Amino acid sequence: MRVSVVGGAGYVGGELVRYLLGHPGLELAQVTSSSLPGRPVTMVHPNLRGFTSMRFVAPDQLRPCDAVVVAGGEGPAQVPSLSELRAVAPLVVDCGPRLRLRDPDAFRAWYRSEPEPPEVLREAVYGLPELGRAEILGSSLVSGVGCSAAAAILALLPVARAGWKLTAPACVEARFGSSAAGSRPDLSTHHPERSGALRVFAPDHHRHAAEVAQALGWEASRLSYAGMGVEMVRGISVSIRCFLADPVPEKDLWDAFRSTYRDEPFVRVVAQRAGLHRHPDPRWLAGTNLCDVGFWLDRSGLRLSLFAALDNLGKGSAGNAVQALNCALGMDERLGLTFMGLHPL
Amino acid sequence: MSDDLNPQAGECPECAAVFVLPTGTVVGEILPCPDCAAELEVVALDPPRLALAPEIEEDWGE
Repeated sequence: MRVSVVGGAGYVGGELVRYLLGHPGLELAQVTSSSLPGRPVTMVHPNLRGFTSMRFVAPDQLRPCDAVVVAGGEGPAQVPSLSELRAVAPLVVDCGPRLRLRDPDAFRAWYRSEPEPPEVLREAVYGLPELGRAEILGSSLVSGVGCSAAAAILALLPVARAGWKLTAPACVEARFGSSAAGSRPDLSTHHPERSGALRVFAPDHHRHAAEVAQALGWEASRLSYAGMGVEMVRGISVSIRCFLADPVPEKDLWDAFRSTYRDEPFVRVVAQRAGLHRHPDPRWLAGTNLCDVGFWLDRSGLRLSLFAALDNLGKGSAGNAVQALNCALGMDERLGLTFMGLHPL
Repeated sequence: MSDDLNPQAGECPECAAVFVLPTGTVVGEILPCPDCAAELEVVALDPPRLALAPEIEEDWGE
């Protein structure tokens, strides 16, 4: 199986290349870049030196292959259209936002740009395997996930499936490492502006709320969703405060998380009573496709805090895209994704 | 189940995880829960009964 990466010069693209070079069942065919055609891939991804001598090709040089994965990081003008991509490969996995929301009006409202045609959005499958791997299997058009959205969905999913009622919107606070802003610099990512700062860039209504609401079958108004930039390069940490209408015993909470994630290879329940690392922390997940989820319930059983952590370039984008690709192709989802992370780091 | 495990299982009083006590477990021994990592004291063996052992709390900022 030959897979090409479209838009490989950015951070997500670099991670896609890294994962695919280590994948035992897939062969990396081409890596495109509209800004660096002809240049070695290792010029912008120095960690890959010695593992590939591949050079970037221009997007119009993309040759037929079995699948393309779109990193989606170079802006709409540089990303080939879906019809162009589907002409070269029977399977497209797109890490960008254009396939994530089913409702064109929602896409227009949250992304302030024109959506793909409704029939394309209806055909596309949301690419979070934990939510619906049966739907992904055999699909030809698979979306990526928003990095903090994936974390929030995985934290909330056991609660949503249990059907526990909340008395107020779930308050999501998502903290973002700088690489989530992409590889193109602007003032907000300039070192003197960002270093040491804890900048709230979305006090509420972060656009990932739409994706989380869609995934859980909720109205977006059931979420308050804030985003803050923190002093990390990689990593998303999500805390979600929920106020339950009726008390829930902690053992039922454990049951809900165990039953949701017992067989999931990339989601770990971390809600420990002892030790230093009791709750999810993105630092120990850098470079992995893991998402750690956890919770804390106060003695009344009414106030529930949920936590999730992941690498925004791993389970939050490129790693998840490779997992979804494995899933769509009917392969073992774990292939190419077995890195366990580092500690200390 | 491996041969070196006691087939009798205990339940964590914190998270309800059910797990098999290792062979040779004695009353008073402290075992970590495999799910929530709570430190559990073995208070009885036949049948196995586990209780939460006193834990050291973090007190940053207090």
